[in-house]
This record gives sequence, C-alpha cells and structure tokens, in this order.
Amino acid sequence: MPEYQNLFTRVQIRGPAHYGVPIKDRNYWRRDGEPFYVYLLGVIGNAQIGPVYLGFMGTASLICGLIAFEIIGLNMLASVNWDPVQFVRQLFWLALEPPNPKYGLGIPPLNDGGWWLMAGFFLTASLLLWWGRMYRRARALGMGTHVAWAFAAAIWLYLVLGFIRPLMMGNWGEAVPFGIFPHLDWTAAFSLRYGNLFYNPFHALSIVFLYGSTLLFAMHGATILAVSRFGGDREIEQIVDRGTASERAALFWRWTMGFNATMESIHRWAWWFAVLCPLTGGIGILLSGTVVDNWYLWAVRHDFAPGYPAVFGTIVDPATLPGATR
Amino acid sequence: MKIELPLAGALFAVAAAAVVYTSFTLPPVLSTQNGWRGTAMVQIELPAHRKALQAANVVPEAQPPAELANEKSSAVYENVQVLGDVDSAEFLRIMTAITEWVSPEQGCTYCHAEGESLASDALYTKVVARRMLQMTLKINAAWKPHVAETGVTCYTCHRGQPVPAEVWYKESPPPEPAYAGNRNRQNQPLPVVGDSSLPHDIFEPYLSKATDIRIGGVKALRTGPNPSIQSTEGTYGLMMHLSQGLGVNCTFCHNTQNFADWQTSTPQRVTAWHGIRMVRELNNEYLDTLVGAFPANRKGPMGDVAKVNCATCHQGVNKPLYGVSMVADYLALKSGR
Repeated sequence: MPEYQNLFTRVQIRGPAHYGVPIKDRNYWRRDGEPFYVYLLGVIGNAQIGPVYLGFMGTASLICGLIAFEIIGLNMLASVNWDPVQFVRQLFWLALEPPNPKYGLGIPPLNDGGWWLMAGFFLTASLLLWWGRMYRRARALGMGTHVAWAFAAAIWLYLVLGFIRPLMMGNWGEAVPFGIFPHLDWTAAFSLRYGNLFYNPFHALSIVFLYGSTLLFAMHGATILAVSRFGGDREIEQIVDRGTASERAALFWRWTMGFNATMESIHRWAWWFAVLCPLTGGIGILLSGTVVDNWYLWAVRHDFAPGYPAVFGTIVDPATLPGATR
Repeated sequence: MKIELPLAGALFAVAAAAVVYTSFTLPPVLSTQNGWRGTAMVQIELPAHRKALQAANVVPEAQPPAELANEKSSAVYENVQVLGDVDSAEFLRIMTAITEWVSPEQGCTYCHAEGESLASDALYTKVVARRMLQMTLKINAAWKPHVAETGVTCYTCHRGQPVPAEVWYKESPPPEPAYAGNRNRQNQPLPVVGDSSLPHDIFEPYLSKATDIRIGGVKALRTGPNPSIQSTEGTYGLMMHLSQGLGVNCTFCHNTQNFADWQTSTPQRVTAWHGIRMVRELNNEYLDTLVGAFPANRKGPMGDVAKVNCATCHQGVNKPLYGVSMVADYLALKSGR
C-alpha cells in the first residue's frame, strides 16, 4: 500500500511513456524527443521527461533570455576584471546597474546603463514571449488560460519596477539593478526614499495576499494529503461527486473553524490570492514617487498611522535655525 | 536510500555549522529601549565585542600638572604661532603629552628636526602638527554643538599613532578602457559600507563636498522632481559608515517609521548633523589646505591628503573614548591660553 504520510511522492508510475493527447492545433512544431524517466525527479514530480514542445515562441524566448543572462553575467564578470574566482566570491554583490539618473530617458553610453537597457529589453522580450507560449499551449490543449494570466500578474510587477514607473518618473535610473544584494539595497532605499513602504496600503495588501497565499497553500496541501488515504487526491472529480474524503475534509474544517471551502473554491481562493499579490504590490510601487512622496505622512493624513508621544522633547531641524550652515 | 539520507543530513549539519561559526555573533545580544514602546527603537550591544572595544578606548593618564613658570611660551621659545599665550611650563607639558599621543615611539624628533633649533620648521610634520593644533582649538571652541564640553585632543584621533587609524582618501576613477563591467562605485563588499553592496564612494561627496544628504520625502504627496533612488543609496551608504563608526544602529538617531522626520528623531540626530558639518569644515579648511606640506608617500592615489570621517574620532563608540574628557586636563587646548 502506498505510504501517504511522507513529504515526498512515494508512487512512481512506470508504464509505456505518455506522448500527450492529440490536439487539433495547426502543428508547425512537433513534440520532440524520446521520453525517459528520472527517479529523483519522480520524487518531487512526474518521473517522465519529455517530449518537449519548443515552438517559435519558446525558442525565441530562450534566445532572448540567454542574451539577457549573458549581458548581465558578462558585465558582472567584467566588473571583477574577468577573474572567475572573484566572480564566484563576490557574485551576490555584483550587479548590472541602471543608467545614471543624469541621462533621464535618453540613451546612455554602453557602460553607463546602455548594457542595462539592452539586458532589460531582451529579458522583457523573453518574458512576454514565454507568456505568449503559455497562452497558446494552453489554448492548443483546450485548457483555460489561468496559468498565463497568473504569470501576467507577475509580469505586471516586473514591468512596473523596470519599465512603467521609470517611464512615468522620466528616468531609467529609477529602475532596479540586476543583482542579488544590489536589488535588495534598491528595495530598502525605495522604502527610505518614500517614507517607509510599510505605510503604503497597497504594500500592506500585497503582504496580506503573499502571506495569505502561503497560509492557503499550507491548509489546502495539508488537507488533501491528510485525506488522500480516502482518495482525496482526486480533487477534481470530487467537485461534483464529493465522496468520503471530501466529506471528512469539509467536516474537519467546520469542526475546527466553523466554515469550509469546497474542492472547487479552494483553488479559486488560491489563484486570486497569488495573483493579487503582485497586482496590488505593483500598484503600490507605481504610486510611489509618481503620486505619493512619503507614505508615512500620507498614512497619518488618512488616519492610517498612529501618532506617538514626543518622548525626546522638541527636536528641531538644525538646518532651519537662523545662521545654520548647509 | 538508507545511507543517503543520514549522509545528506550530516553534510547539511556541517554546512550549517560552518555558516553559524563564521557569521554569527556569540550571544547574548543585549538590547536597550531608547524610544516609545512599539516603535522598535532599541540599541543593540554585543558583550562579546565589548571587552575589546573598551580596551581600545582607554584614556592615557594625564601628564602631572606643571609648576607655572609665569612666562608666556612665546617669550621663552621662538616661532610659537599657536598657544603662544600659554604659560611656558604648561606649553612644555602639552608638548610632552602630544609626543605621547601622536609619536610615542618616534619621540620629539618626529616633528622637531634632530640637531636643529626647536623653532625650525624643517620637518613637514611640524607644519602639519601646528595646523592640527589650530584645528583642535577650533573644534573645542566653535563646534560645541558636536563635541560639547568634552572637547577633543590629539589623542581622540591619533591614539598613539602618527597617522590615525581611520582616515580616507579620494577614490581613484575606475580603470580604462571600460566598455563593460561598470560597478558604479558600489556592489563591492567593503568595510566602509559594512560589507554591503551600497555605494562606497561616500566620503568625498558627503564629507568633503556638501552633497545633500536629505532624500526622504517631506510632504505626503509629490510636489516636483525629488532625489533619485541612486542618491538615496548614496545616503544609505553614508549612514552605514555613521552606524559602523559609532557602533550604533539606525534608531540611535532615527525613528524608522519616517527616517526624514526631525520631530520624532532623537537629540543625537542633531548632534550628528553638526558633526557632519564639522567634518566637512575640518576636511576643507584644515586638511586639504595642507596638500602642499605633505610628502607624496603620505598622500592618496589622487594626490590628496588623509582626511577625517566619523570613525576617525569615534572608533566604534558613540562617544569617543566613552565620553571621558581629556581636554579637562589640558584646558589650554580649549581656551588657547
């Protein structure tokens, strides 16, 4: 009997490889490659690898993504004087920086933001092509396009950070650098610049949906694993034919919190929470600097943040005193 | 499968232990609240580091008091351009102290050329020392908003070394030809910005030139073009230096709910504001003006002289030398008389 009380998948089906369902789509590209099995991948997913479908969009997306990856990586390597050891040691610190703010929306010199613009162009092209590929593959299979639209929510946040907001601010220098620590510094600086992002209600919403997603994911995953011994992993059939697994799961949640989602609604909850996280976050970023200059002061004005007692007495900005130096 | 899992666990444990050992601080970590509750205004202190810090910030014993000679130093010695009105015996006492503070190993001849009159300005070190004395007098007299009555002496920075441990020079421009790999003077783990990837070219713009440090929005809504994110990162880098140099965290001066606001900041932020202006004046009027006096081997890659920043005096302590006033034993360094 399969063991269900395990973190990893314990059931690996090994039959004749599945080549996929026949589709009516005009097939310019065939599904390529002879399928094979990988045990370790089977531990976390389906052990069967292939056949793959690249198509025009997939190929173009991979090429654009590779170009962006190379521009970023080679610039990082050049910044440590082509020293592979230093490249590895300093990798987390290295970055491809956006243009100096003095260039505005103009075309900067190659080594002062030009590479960044190029990398951004190719990365964006790669992401949009991949989106198109997701949309068209879903359509070809007769599926809904939910995955593509969820991905579009993430692309929205990416575009706000690197394209739409810089455009509205009139400056490429406002965009995020490509790098591990540098993009985190950008994030911290962004919060410092705009009066603490925690007081940005869209940031707050985004966090609600982020943490809410993890909560829903944990609740849902745990529930299904817990009732899979009753066949609870056949969730989709149970939407219309609930069976004992659904009944037990539903009763469990009604017992513990008085209310339960259904086999259908839980997936809609999860989808919306996940999608709303980058959607609301993107709105919060887009409003910073373009409309709001200090979120804390905005929050105080709208009774969203409390006032605290002045425990240090009256602190006066010394620059406002008569005769002050700059 | 039976061996692989324990093996993976053991490898993970070794890796985790390596990370913990190399990057964690020995507990306990003490925190002291310094603001209203709920604002996360606390100061962090590491007892594991305290002993070394205290040992490095001990004030040397004062020279025994001088029996006054009742004669001005300028009447006894030649070429006395600073402290000329000081009693000659006290003047000699101060000179002895300066030797102990700045050149204990090299002795008097570090500034006074051997075999020449004490009045001789043959050595550049004497010219520099005179200017530094003027600087000390200026700090103690005119920069009380920063140094209060505690004041400074040569020892505050020098700590028994001819060149203070914490000084800075202008950064040299990145090497040419540069068709790729522009680091934008950041993204390099340097101690000056706490090993972060923030901009490290922070001293010349902020502590020599008067680049605006203020970046935070002061109105709720946008009123016009405002400081960029990249200038914000510059300020952030400078603040990392302040934090490191003084051994304090952000909340020593700021209420982090709104960094820019003065009303909710601590009084220390005002002290720091004056300190930044003081450092700019010292660098521009007392140190950069000595560029002709210093020999090439004492200058930086851009041919400028060593300059001061917050750490030059503070050396990891929010009050240099834990707030002990050395100048109380050498009142002439305060009054000039």
